[in-house]
Amino acid sequence: MSNIIDRRKNSKGKSTNNRQKFLRRVEDQIKKAIPDIISQESITDSQSGGKVKVPVKGIDEPSFRHDGQSGKKQIVKPGNDRFNEGDKIPKPEGGGGGGGRGKGSNSPEVTEDEFTVVLSREEFLKYFFDDLALPNMVKKYMESTVTYQMKRTGYTKDSVPSRLNIKSSFQQSLGRQLALKGAFEQKLKLLQAKLVASKNDEDKVALEAEIEKVVKQSKTIPFFEDVDLRYNNFERVPTPVTSAVMFCIMDVSASMGQHEKDIAKRFFTLLYIFLTKQYKEVELVFIRHHTQAKEVNEEEFFHSRESGGTVVAPSLELMQKIMRERYDERWNIYCCQASDGDVWSREDALNCRRLLQGEILSAVQYMAYIEINSGGEGDLWQAYKELRSESNFSMRNIHEVHQIWPVFRELFRKKSEMSEV
Amino acid sequence: MQQKDKYKALFCNPNWDYQTLEAADEITSRIGKEYLKLKTYPNQIEIVTSEQMLDAYSLIGLPTSYPHWKFGKDFVMNQHNYTKGRMGLSYEMVINSNPCISYNMENNSTCMMVLVIAHACQGHNAFFANNYMFLDWTSADSIVDYMGFARDYILKCEEEYGWEEVERVLDAAHALMNYGVDKYKKPSKLSPREENERLRKLTSIKRENYNELLRTLPAAANAQDNGGKQQRAKKMLQEPEENILYFIEKNAPALADWKREIVRIVRKVSQYFYPQGATKVMNEGFATFTHYHIINKMYDEGYVNDGFMLEFIKSHSGVLYQPEYNSKYFSGLNPYTLGFNIFMDIKRICEEPTAEDKEWFPALIGKDWLEQLHFVMENFRDDSFILQYLSPKVMRDMKLFSIADEERKKEYEISAIHNERGYRRLREQLSQQYDRSNLIPNIQVTGVDRHATNTLYLTHYIQNERKLESENTKKTLEQIRYLWGFPVALHSKNKLGVNEQSFECA
Repeated sequence: MSNIIDRRKNSKGKSTNNRQKFLRRVEDQIKKAIPDIISQESITDSQSGGKVKVPVKGIDEPSFRHDGQSGKKQIVKPGNDRFNEGDKIPKPEGGGGGGGRGKGSNSPEVTEDEFTVVLSREEFLKYFFDDLALPNMVKKYMESTVTYQMKRTGYTKDSVPSRLNIKSSFQQSLGRQLALKGAFEQKLKLLQAKLVASKNDEDKVALEAEIEKVVKQSKTIPFFEDVDLRYNNFERVPTPVTSAVMFCIMDVSASMGQHEKDIAKRFFTLLYIFLTKQYKEVELVFIRHHTQAKEVNEEEFFHSRESGGTVVAPSLELMQKIMRERYDERWNIYCCQASDGDVWSREDALNCRRLLQGEILSAVQYMAYIEINSGGEGDLWQAYKELRSESNFSMRNIHEVHQIWPVFRELFRKKSEMSEV
Repeated sequence: MQQKDKYKALFCNPNWDYQTLEAADEITSRIGKEYLKLKTYPNQIEIVTSEQMLDAYSLIGLPTSYPHWKFGKDFVMNQHNYTKGRMGLSYEMVINSNPCISYNMENNSTCMMVLVIAHACQGHNAFFANNYMFLDWTSADSIVDYMGFARDYILKCEEEYGWEEVERVLDAAHALMNYGVDKYKKPSKLSPREENERLRKLTSIKRENYNELLRTLPAAANAQDNGGKQQRAKKMLQEPEENILYFIEKNAPALADWKREIVRIVRKVSQYFYPQGATKVMNEGFATFTHYHIINKMYDEGYVNDGFMLEFIKSHSGVLYQPEYNSKYFSGLNPYTLGFNIFMDIKRICEEPTAEDKEWFPALIGKDWLEQLHFVMENFRDDSFILQYLSPKVMRDMKLFSIADEERKKEYEISAIHNERGYRRLREQLSQQYDRSNLIPNIQVTGVDRHATNTLYLTHYIQNERKLESENTKKTLEQIRYLWGFPVALHSKNKLGVNEQSFECA
């Protein structure tokens, strides 16, 4: 009569749709929180999504309610330990809502003030990109799914004849034949020994007949049997479109303060996310420089305090060196350089331009130079000006966080132009 | 005898499997039927994971529902609180349907499983199947199918008219969810097939009567139409209407038909949940009473051992835990405790009445407790149940007392305690506390200006000088304004009929 059903195997996520509807409802508040998430987390962390606190605004559901303070109320409570009829208790100062919660609810309700939404990576990126106001085409381009490729993965016993692998089938067959032959030969040996040993004629005839049978059997082992057949196995595997490497070059001379570094970090984060959307694997190379250039890890890149004068060219040389050593032409190379534009000497700036013109710009997909200062054009800016017409180079002056977006917009524009060609 | 040992072995193994559940269902059903004489719907017991339980939470147990962000919000909130460890999930959830669907958590121990099956699949199930509120206001046979119809209809509307507009209508209708019930008229039964049939008829009538020529004669047609409308409007409001959703569905002057349909769906859903809100104490009390008796009976008959009973008693007393008013865990009266205590006391009064009981409950003395139990369970709801059956002994045991909180006074006053002078007042006040009108402001449709502005007039009948919270009221009126399509005005009137508060949404 009763019906017992194990639902545990059923798909989860019955509420996914409603959850999406809810997120849509609080979209604005989530978007507002995105920049905070970026600034608080490491570049690669931006991949894991984040928590967003959403204020109550916009998600309350209105209904007719009594004003909690007005009127006459009677509240019945349990556990009287001291009161008698007619006792008076002063109301608490300010508001007097002391007895307000007498509704008799069993479940302690959690206040909505602490509403936190946890976003998955996909959701996080969606909002992140929405903020950039990307044109649809570019969005599609960035959200493009992984391509699949049929890839050989070993052998299978069961498939279509056209995929028969003759070599390994033959190996199987050989093995089987050898194994069977061995067994027969052993049997033969045994029988022959018996034959020599036997004295009885009748036995001998029987043994001889037996021997003949075994010999015949051992000669008629089938060449191929169904169990021998091996077929090539194929599986659909996602292929990384290609891999990319991103060089982050930053000036850490004394003139770069915390604010400048923060802007640079956000810029790098954005580029990183952009690249991971397109490429399966993205490697990061951090190069920092003052008078010397040095490859460092992310932690050190953003947080270590070391400063001195500024010579830029060595960092580009180092990048060139790393490119040659580790990343051949199969890699998509991106580079972004952040600096306050101050250089030691004009000679250095010209060196940089030469380096870019020479090998670097022809090898990279895209290079962005951002100059973080609030006034005027730095020496490097002057020097790079001439490269502006290059299709894969862009430069911008940034001194506030919100100015990062336009740089990216330019990057996407160039990207899509390139892919259209 | 051997059979019994087999069951005992199953129940005493802390790990359960399908067989255990089947055995638990079989034994509890038998005891429920033979010992407690319960009549139930057939059971559908579903084992779910915590994630699925969270899903069930957000849809209040319904297997399907129409899509809306509110459910997503509840889900996100519950999920967050659950993963943060702020909230535990209940062991079971059960809905009023035929067959009676109950969700049991997979990580319950065997003892919990047996308890939960006795509690939900016998206790709640029997309550759903016999209490007059559920029988009159809900249709257990068709609710699941009806929700399927509702979901499909809303999805269709989203496709046809865009989700924004659909969400707008749902938001507005949800704001009036508490005003979608006829408290005194029994509603007709639900049937998704009939709903679909009705919709089809409506469209076909429209199609048949559509006449291109008539459309070109606006003046004449309108005049006639207006006359008809006015007559109808006159008829529609001879008395105040408490079911605001119903009134809007039938009478909103400019509401598109599909929106009317959505309002209707929300109204039907709110009506379905109406008895649950009105019988919380009874429902939980009765289910707890049931599992307590079934499991003790199982122990008496030798199906379970002492270890099982220890675990059972621990869980049972956990359910009945009632923190005192000054405890930091206090969050109101525990409906399980209150209900269980009253039901247990009814049994006690029938069996071993004291002199006090004879004075208070002459009708119960010497009666068969089981018969009385059924009578109470079938014919009452929380407020009437408490008013009728809360005994002085229960009030003493729970040490109930009542506090008067008046806006104008600087002090709270203890208005009644658990003594001879206070019993009746205490009981009355507690009963009122569970009366719906105490929680939900009494607001009714009292008029429509049919001549000029089409304004909809609502009246709030003030009780106990309790006013409306103005922020929410304004927002709710905006929602009504959207559905009604014309200005809406709300007046709060006190006993003398004098306006105390007025809201308008033009």
